[in-house]
Amino acid sequence: MLEEIKSCREKAISARDKKAASGDDVDLDKYESHAAQAPQNNTIASISSDIKQAALSTGVMLDDQSQRSGTFVQIDNRPMHSAAAQEGIEVMATSEALAKYAWMKDYLWKAVDVDTDKFTAHTELNQADGYFMRALPGVKTTYPVQACLYMSRSRAVQDVHNIIIAEEGSELHIITGCSAAEREPGVHLGISEFFIKRGAKVTFTMIHSWSPDVEVRPRTCAIIEQDGLFMSNYVIMRPVRSLQSNPTAYCVGKNATVRFNSVIVATPGSKIDIGSRAILSAKGAKTEMIARTISTGGEIISRGYIEASELETKGHLECRGLILGEQGIIHAIPEIKGCRAGVDLSHEAAVGKIAEEEVEYLMARGLSRDEATAAIIRGFLKVDIQGLPPMLNAEMQKAVKQSEADLF
Amino acid sequence: MSNGNLLEINNLTVSVDDREILHNLNLSVKPGETAVIFGPNGGGKTTLLMSIMGFPRYRVIGGSIKFKEQDITHMPVDERARLGVGISFQRPPVVRGVKMRDMVLACLRRDDKEAERIVDELAQKSHMSNFLGRNINAGFSGGETKRSEMLQLLAQGPDLALLDEPESGVDLENISLIGQLINEVLGKIHPIRERSRSGLIISHTGHILDYVNARTGYVLCGGQIICDGDPHDILNTIKDKGYQECVVCLKK
Repeated sequence: MLEEIKSCREKAISARDKKAASGDDVDLDKYESHAAQAPQNNTIASISSDIKQAALSTGVMLDDQSQRSGTFVQIDNRPMHSAAAQEGIEVMATSEALAKYAWMKDYLWKAVDVDTDKFTAHTELNQADGYFMRALPGVKTTYPVQACLYMSRSRAVQDVHNIIIAEEGSELHIITGCSAAEREPGVHLGISEFFIKRGAKVTFTMIHSWSPDVEVRPRTCAIIEQDGLFMSNYVIMRPVRSLQSNPTAYCVGKNATVRFNSVIVATPGSKIDIGSRAILSAKGAKTEMIARTISTGGEIISRGYIEASELETKGHLECRGLILGEQGIIHAIPEIKGCRAGVDLSHEAAVGKIAEEEVEYLMARGLSRDEATAAIIRGFLKVDIQGLPPMLNAEMQKAVKQSEADLF
Repeated sequence: MSNGNLLEINNLTVSVDDREILHNLNLSVKPGETAVIFGPNGGGKTTLLMSIMGFPRYRVIGGSIKFKEQDITHMPVDERARLGVGISFQRPPVVRGVKMRDMVLACLRRDDKEAERIVDELAQKSHMSNFLGRNINAGFSGGETKRSEMLQLLAQGPDLALLDEPESGVDLENISLIGQLINEVLGKIHPIRERSRSGLIISHTGHILDYVNARTGYVLCGGQIICDGDPHDILNTIKDKGYQECVVCLKK
């Protein structure tokens, strides 16, 4: 294991100044960097009400955990609380898992490359902690497991490194809420590595609620084995200075499936470069990507990439964007690459405005122009997520609904 | 109402995309009255209904529209709707993400405990129960579109219903249901004396007259009402001799 650690470290050092493949560069030297602090296991009661409130707006319920199968809280670089509430479900700090399980070396930096760019390097060099979640073989979460990642320090970098493992035939539902103290500048770097074993199913619903001066650079990869399913649902509707993320799912086993759903709103001053990538390298692997983007004055680059190199692979990618108001940029970049005969890939992209005909139709039923517009936008943001448990779907719709209030 | 009219249109001139479609048109509808408008394609029938509803694309350049004694000539669409004007579209747009149920609830304009129950009841009546969870108009057939439009009008309960070819694209099986729904929208289930709801129905074929009784018939041709009378008489003449006869008749 020492060898492994050493080689990771060396790779990270070599990538220290490596700029990201896309998105604006972030000068990390302008921010304070802190090594991870040893995990604590505080009671939820000791967590401040401000943080609880922020967590709640991202679907994380700290006060009432009766409908959660586990909870993890990290503030800045210190895990504050971790607890599993169901037999066969493990929730702990990544550092604790590393100490507990020798096999963790087979997972750490095995989905995401440590030398991807300066952001992955920074996370490694600061020995980032984060959450470790695991469902034992055949175990299915009754309720979702939740994680709250909160930034409280001003002008600091938050490093997070998460490892999620769904063992064979298990089912793991996760809600992650990321938030920051009001108006504090900072950088969030989050590595998430998902391992979805044979026949396992993971739904990952992540809601971001940053503040207007935060820069966010998550790095996420998932490895999906035979008959596995990974469903990623992502929502960002509140202001952020810049966010660049392009999670990749590798469907390496027969019939492995990945679905990405994103709801993205860029307010004035926000710059969001976001995408999803699926590499279908096994027979029958499938993907579906749906992005709904709205600019109320900010800039969005909405990427999508599907690469298929095996028989009976199938992928569809859809990005639809609405520009509301005078300013705003939405740049959709859908890409599909078929590498052999027998693949079935398609995409559709549209950027436009609200159709006046639709507004008038609703007005003819008595809705005011504002009510009609709101109903159409609400409908636009309502992605019907196939296969998401009703409860998670409700959480996601609730988060969208809460943020809508800021939109109109 | 001083002259007893629910709707009164005087010398209405309307242009669409800078082309004048209606010229000095006059028409009135009494409370409880149902009138049918016949006329050739391009004669201005849809333009008339759209102008009464108040869609901005239909620009009034002369004359006036009065409803319940208020001048609504330049009133926004939604205010007219709330005042009691309702319309069923011939080809309504698909609104993605807006569910039929939400639309009917919006038409109902109430959010008490009863609202959901009423929606379910009206949907059942319109044979649209299975559509409440669907995006409005998405993939609806001709008959389904009409039933959906009638369901929304039932919820809205307008004093004046503007129905644009309610029978077009509807198969025989569905047409009697559409007829029943129209009768309900128009309050024809009540005795004549108690009726206050009115309707203006555009019909190409007149089939709807087999299901909905109308007191008056009009022929709208070349942007003007050129004839009025018993709707069955008018229909028979048109069936016999075509709209050409109306034009000739006018010249006499």
